[in-house]
Amino acid sequence: MKFSEVRRLAASIGTGIAALQSPGSPVAVFMEKSVLMAVSLLGVSYGGCSYCPVDVAMPEARMDRILSVLEPAAVLTSGSMGARAREACGDCPVLLVEDLAARPADEALLASLRARIKSSDPLYILFTSGSTGMPKGVVGTHQTVLNNLEWLASRFDLGPDDVLGNQAPLHFVVADHDLYCPLKFGCSSFFIPAGYFSFPAKLIPLLNQHRVTTVFWVPFALGTIASFRALDEILPEFLRYVFFVGEVMPVRQLNYWREHVPSAHYINLYGSTEMYMCCYYEVDREYAETDTLPIGGPCGGTGILVLDEMDREILPGMAETGELCIRGFAVGPGYYRDPEQTARKFIQNPLEPAAREMIYRTGDLVRYGTDGLLEFCGRADYQIKHLGYRIELGEIEAAAGKVPEISSCACVYDQKKQRILFFYDGTETDRKTISSSLSQQLPRYMLPSRYVYLDPLPRNASGKIDRKFLQEQYEKNIKSC
Amino acid sequence: MEELYEILEDIIPGEDYKNSTALVDDDILTSFELVRLVTEIDSTFDISIPSSEIVPDNFNSAETIWALIERLGGAG
Repeated sequence: MKFSEVRRLAASIGTGIAALQSPGSPVAVFMEKSVLMAVSLLGVSYGGCSYCPVDVAMPEARMDRILSVLEPAAVLTSGSMGARAREACGDCPVLLVEDLAARPADEALLASLRARIKSSDPLYILFTSGSTGMPKGVVGTHQTVLNNLEWLASRFDLGPDDVLGNQAPLHFVVADHDLYCPLKFGCSSFFIPAGYFSFPAKLIPLLNQHRVTTVFWVPFALGTIASFRALDEILPEFLRYVFFVGEVMPVRQLNYWREHVPSAHYINLYGSTEMYMCCYYEVDREYAETDTLPIGGPCGGTGILVLDEMDREILPGMAETGELCIRGFAVGPGYYRDPEQTARKFIQNPLEPAAREMIYRTGDLVRYGTDGLLEFCGRADYQIKHLGYRIELGEIEAAAGKVPEISSCACVYDQKKQRILFFYDGTETDRKTISSSLSQQLPRYMLPSRYVYLDPLPRNASGKIDRKFLQEQYEKNIKSC
Repeated sequence: MEELYEILEDIIPGEDYKNSTALVDDDILTSFELVRLVTEIDSTFDISIPSSEIVPDNFNSAETIWALIERLGGAG
């Protein structure tokens, strides 16, 4: 689709959205990933609303929870999804994108809306896993995205000849690059069908066929290609920028890529939905498999603070580990309709109590390496990154509360084998009973791989389930069902 | 063949591997399971599955996976 067509369609969709007369309100976009969906997101923004892309594959119960928090002004969907959208959204108006796209755009109306939008206004709301069982809506602003694009422009020479190979679902923050880089740099985005990522022998020729030069992928997608040693047989001929983001990139797999495609630049991006991209490290030397790949230093417009438990700053050269906190344009306004969580994670900068400045507490533990670059050391809570997805283990545990046989439960993550382990007590039951209940509430990537009955679950002195003990027991090959 | 069933059962327990013929097409084996499966097969049967053989048709059923192992000389 050409830029002129994107512009025309987005303007028509925007005109339909503006007719809702709910400027600033969220509109849920319920569609299969497609170019039309990408244009629909832009159209919602043109219409003065913020968009919330909803994963059509998620179980109904989770969608209900999200829509109950979001209370969208409308649900925008496409023909094939219309019936499901109507079922899911109750009384909320359902708009068919095909209807809106067929109508003429009201350019004067759109111009007046555009003039009113401030850079600090919400652009989108993306839902992520929530530790209490309720997914959290993270608000991203125009400013957050613009700042990141400016930083990319200042650091990398993306241009009209570049083609981005999109991997991330459009309800993930990573996909913002694939949506907005074309608008900034005049490059194009190619949406790679998800099935190709399992089969690199088909994926690499597809990248070549579409002359893909740049990817913003989760390490797992790059790792699959490395694990299957697909680059031994065919190389991505046009690839020059490999950005990886979302979880820790295994050095062994990175080395495989660098060995086979040495001409490409490899950039470790660090960020999250709350702060978009805020740190980066362009790989400039060999790393041994036992080394930790740095997350580097701040992207433009972003500042970082590393705070210890007493909120004292840890500086380069100090060998301590602390929590990474983010300041500057990357910091969003917080969680949608969740002042409690927002107040917990978005706080006044404790080092500057006199001047109002909000910082975001990432929950990520970091330290400065001897080279002054930041290294990721783990989490301060029970959030994990699994297959590129961000998961709060608490959300799985909360969902298990609906299984009558389970009295209490705890999840731990086996990083080595990349498995979510589910321990429970109460009445021993078969795996299918638990997993079928969980699958009605959770997306597939959140389902545990192992279910272990252990009655009673071990508890520490404060009465909390002893996760460390569970992890150790599992490693000693406890029997699983 | 029993060894293959054991590997599959370990990766995704509870599936009817003897009768399933659309493990990939029905999204039972996704990227993540495929990576684990290929790694396990390589080490168990002492073969190296080339990436050109990692295509949906070869992984849709236990039978086609077994045929691939045989073709690569890992079944005997």
